[in-house]
Amino acid sequence: MSGPVAAMLPGGRLHLQHGPIDLVVGAHGNVRRAFAQIEAAFRGVLEGLVGELALLRAPVREDYPQAHGPVARRMVAAVWPHRKVFVTPMAAVAGAVADEMLAAMVAGIDLDRAYVNDGGDIAIHLAPGQALRVGVAGKADIDGDPTGELDGFAAIPFASPVRGIATSGRGGRSLSLGIADAVTVLARDAAAADAAATLIANAVDIDRPAIRRLPAHAVREDSDLGDIPVTVAVGDLDERDIAAALDNGAAAARRMLSRGLICGALLQLRGQRRVVGGASAPVAAAAD
Amino acid sequence: MSEATAQAAEAGESGIVRCDACPVLCRIREGKTGACDRYANVGGVLTRTDPLLLAERAVGRNAPLVPFLEGSQNWAGEIAPRPPVFVTGVGAGTTYPDYKPAPFIVSQQYQGVDTVTVVTEGIFSYCSVKVKIDTDRHVGPEQATVTCQGEPVGHVMTAEYGSQMLSLGGVRHLTGGGKREGTVTCDLMLKLCNKEAVELAVEGGAKLTVQAGKPPVIDSHREERMRVGCGSATIGMFARQWFGHADEVIVVDDHITGVLSEHQAGRYLDMKPAGIRVRGRKSTPGRYFQVANPGAGWGGTDITDPLTIVEKIDPKTAWPGLRLLMVSTTGEESAYFILDDKLKPVPAPMPAPVAKVVARIGENCEPALCSVLFMAGAGGSLRAGVTENPVRLTRSVRDRLTRVTLGGAPAYVWPGGGITVMVDVTRMPDRSFGHVPTPALVAPIEFTMRLSDYAELGGHIESVVPVERVLGEARRRGGAWREDNPWPLDVAVPEAAR
Repeated sequence: MSGPVAAMLPGGRLHLQHGPIDLVVGAHGNVRRAFAQIEAAFRGVLEGLVGELALLRAPVREDYPQAHGPVARRMVAAVWPHRKVFVTPMAAVAGAVADEMLAAMVAGIDLDRAYVNDGGDIAIHLAPGQALRVGVAGKADIDGDPTGELDGFAAIPFASPVRGIATSGRGGRSLSLGIADAVTVLARDAAAADAAATLIANAVDIDRPAIRRLPAHAVREDSDLGDIPVTVAVGDLDERDIAAALDNGAAAARRMLSRGLICGALLQLRGQRRVVGGASAPVAAAAD
Repeated sequence: MSEATAQAAEAGESGIVRCDACPVLCRIREGKTGACDRYANVGGVLTRTDPLLLAERAVGRNAPLVPFLEGSQNWAGEIAPRPPVFVTGVGAGTTYPDYKPAPFIVSQQYQGVDTVTVVTEGIFSYCSVKVKIDTDRHVGPEQATVTCQGEPVGHVMTAEYGSQMLSLGGVRHLTGGGKREGTVTCDLMLKLCNKEAVELAVEGGAKLTVQAGKPPVIDSHREERMRVGCGSATIGMFARQWFGHADEVIVVDDHITGVLSEHQAGRYLDMKPAGIRVRGRKSTPGRYFQVANPGAGWGGTDITDPLTIVEKIDPKTAWPGLRLLMVSTTGEESAYFILDDKLKPVPAPMPAPVAKVVARIGENCEPALCSVLFMAGAGGSLRAGVTENPVRLTRSVRDRLTRVTLGGAPAYVWPGGGITVMVDVTRMPDRSFGHVPTPALVAPIEFTMRLSDYAELGGHIESVVPVERVLGEARRRGGAWREDNPWPLDVAVPEAAR
């Protein structure tokens, strides 16, 4: 069994990997100490999660799940407000890891800017007066795989409440109930953004024969989604279907916005898009 | 793979494999990957998706080498006898801090003997790069600091014959200095070891561009040929061949210019003194320092007309008709003169026997190259990935029962304690090296021996897998074996049987 691995990436970024966790970390300031702190904190994260995996894979219903580890507690807190729909704490795992690692990295040091990018779910630290520009790449090919093309930027100044960005959809490693190419959410932290992006992406949906679904456990044996159908292929959809699916997702996003759960969202499907949250949405410099 | 595959073999339940590569312990259906996308279930076998480099040896000598491409051949189930394969550590991954067996412990029969190769990637803090630069140009004083991007990364060490030597990297620059010093040093070592070009500066010396297997560039001048020797050495090498065909030979060299009739070699041949005095400072008879300034002319000097280094011709000793050859230490420049009645050198056609020796100087000049040797100590905890009793691996290497290779390239093992190895990076596959942020270098390393010897030294026998298992790896990377590298598995068979 292999343990955590750390490596430097071009541009002075740090790469931390253990099992399915891949973090890309950047910092401006006392980078040496910041990286030492996050490397130390990264040890044991995966084991900690695995230790209470049963709880984290169980749907959240009436009772608040009593998680122990710091990452697990962040996951539960992030999904708790969404418990009216089917959700497990795993919906926020990537964002929660990013938040916890960011907190460990910045503890006790002055950093101008820092971020922890956990496979597209990003936790952000900003000192007063600082800002960060984050590229949003939501375009996908016909298989739902991201093209990597940048189609917008989210500019996040210190004054903004946003400290987390997450993207969900068919492109990532997680399974989706919906058909969104990508849903990018800005929220107060990465775990909140992650949970919301997952659920908004699930809601970008429409019932059409062109959409092929399979029970989740048939696709991934260990999926926390059990026998819930997940999307495995999306065939031809006309423009009205695409618009209707996006509108379903946008409605879910607006409900979250009004409850203060997110700061904004960008929903993308087959070249169409919806923006929820106005000025703070991640389309400040969108290409179109 | 060692542990993971052992587990996979036990898996039975409807083609689902339990991956134990990380604590998540994913259950992976056939044709699917685990949560990490790094391990997959391929036909019921847990398989790494990172490429691992395998080198295939041609069956017969001089047989055409056909490198196999990724996924182009399905080795499992192949009927024809497959050519011998060596599993390199490139892409193998590491089990640092080595409390468990190395990632791949591979067995195969070779010439009727069961062999084992323990394949891993070592993380080396104690490692350095020794660079030999074929040039006589002054690159800087011994002990001078060598810098890269303004950071100290090594020093100039003792010059060797025809070459300047640098020692770069090492634990003190990697982790003993500032953060930037460590990062720059690591990056520099990585580039040099991966056969890329790097730019260096020597304090009080030259700016250098160095790349393994390529000519050095020294202060923007690309060195093409090594001189055959200094002027004095050239005299010594060819004196007998000139004897009887020339009365005097002056070999022009920026370091030591040689004058045949005055030189020990001329005296030995009982040559008559010619009375042609060259400029510069006399060292010993027939050997002169500083006959001109350094430059891009004859023999690394700034002269273009060789006669300008002749200070005077002594009328008491010289004689009309004296045959004079002037030549540089690479044979690239040469001129033949005959003294007239006023003892003035007059250009003349060069006789064939003289021209033949001039050509021979050129023939004996080798291309000037940079050689890059990676040096590292593999005697530490890395050994625990090989055996439960690490010192036995050291002894086995010392007793030559175990052969150490880096990416399949032969390693020189230093005498004394530990397993301190040196390897020519040009004999290793491209992009063999990686790094970790410590900073330290990651290099492939393989230990090959008889299976029986492996058992005897306390090896992780339970983790040995047949090579066919590795050939089934989903994303192996193939390459042809370099025939100029000794075949590591030969260590297992008696010399007579090879």
